[in-house]
Amino acid sequence: VSLLQKFAAYADIRSDLQTHGILPFGVVTERILSPTEGIVNGRKTILAGTNNYLGLTFDTACIEAAQQALEQEGTGTTGSRMANGTYAGHAALEQELAQFFGRDSALVFTTGFLATMGMVSTLAGRGDVLLIDADCHASIYDGCRLSGAEIVRFRHNDVADLEKRLRRLGERVANTLIVVEGLYSMLGDQAPLPAVAALKEQYGAYLLVDEAHSMGVLGERGRGLAEAAGVEEAVDFTVGTFSKSLGSVGGFCVSDRAELELIRLMARSYIFTASPTPSVVASTRKALELVRGRPELREQLWRNARQLYGGLSAQGFTLGPEAGPVVAVFVEDRTAAIAGWHQLLEQGVYVNLVMPPATPSNASLLRCSMSAAHSSEQIDRIIAAFAALPFCPARNVARQEGGAG
Amino acid sequence: MSAYQECLSIIYEALEAFLQPGQVLSEDSALVADLGLSSLQVMELVADIEDKLDITIPLNVLPDVRNVRELAQLLAGLRGAKS
Repeated sequence: VSLLQKFAAYADIRSDLQTHGILPFGVVTERILSPTEGIVNGRKTILAGTNNYLGLTFDTACIEAAQQALEQEGTGTTGSRMANGTYAGHAALEQELAQFFGRDSALVFTTGFLATMGMVSTLAGRGDVLLIDADCHASIYDGCRLSGAEIVRFRHNDVADLEKRLRRLGERVANTLIVVEGLYSMLGDQAPLPAVAALKEQYGAYLLVDEAHSMGVLGERGRGLAEAAGVEEAVDFTVGTFSKSLGSVGGFCVSDRAELELIRLMARSYIFTASPTPSVVASTRKALELVRGRPELREQLWRNARQLYGGLSAQGFTLGPEAGPVVAVFVEDRTAAIAGWHQLLEQGVYVNLVMPPATPSNASLLRCSMSAAHSSEQIDRIIAAFAALPFCPARNVARQEGGAG
Repeated sequence: MSAYQECLSIIYEALEAFLQPGQVLSEDSALVADLGLSSLQVMELVADIEDKLDITIPLNVLPDVRNVRELAQLLAGLRGAKS
């Protein structure tokens, strides 16, 4: 068996995927028109899988701030946060993030992936335990591997299973970091955070919550699930990203723990990579201001989410367990999911195709994410495109009834 | 019954749910190569065994487990460490 033998299986999958002409993974948006529209495969397409929850990517104030930073500070920092890559903007963003979350300090990383991976791999080390929800993001899993700690996972959102595992740890629980997400990216369901927080306190473990998909989306001030659930005090470390609600790219951690400042000297994904470019920092700062100042964006996002979830549910599709900005349609058969994805694109609707092992079960997903910038009419068109899929349950019921009559 | 034998019978019992008709189990049965378990099914099997034995199997040690024998040896070791 040679070095490259393992790629053969992927070549097969890739050729399966390409039977319809376009590769669903890495589809090219030929021109981006707005937060919710682009030209894909020569056609004007509604973008319903971008995680652009508040639709801020084209916000005038954010663009102006980025332009100004670009002109005044240049195209890049060309250096690590630890060396020459910390400008006044980076420091200000950290201060503003800490204020936004009501925490003592914040750390800004270059991407969300690097923030999560860096925090998890630095907080825990040999002899420690990472107790993670089974559906956690790849960046958490990779952080776990790099940490050298013992990795234990509990069944997704299963509080009883989490408790069992905490109990089995005995005294080692003091060296344990529980890791959950505010809103899980594939199915859009939320962690049972009040129960998780209560167990964390009861057993004396530490808790890290990844609010990547819930910042700007949940909570009165948009701080995420911990705020919405009223358990922020129990959370030791909050990580998140700028690439969803804030419409740029980058990641962060906020905490009241004094150790966070020491992590600057320890986290390899913070130290050994170039810092975010000044324009990214500037638009992120402006977007954070807008999350604070325009709660109506959040309200609009939720109205849109409920419209899509309700519409697809009425068509009889099996969806993720709760309505929210991520609406995942289950498709049992992989080939049908691939064909369905192409049909949606031909009808001018882009969603995410997700296949095992990236999905939490053996089913594939046609995953949609809503934006506050979607219009009600666009959402109706998304629902209509789904309703036209050959495996749409309502369509099949109608057909059977038509055939009988 | 030795700890190893006890773990072996627990594994056989837990694997029943995953067997295809006609599949025969032995200590040499490879979980993925012979029994065709997917990564999700391996996780379900492990969770089932963890509950039966009231132990936790860290994710780190699973890549080293290929067949039933290696799993039984691992479980016997973990049980020994617990008591």
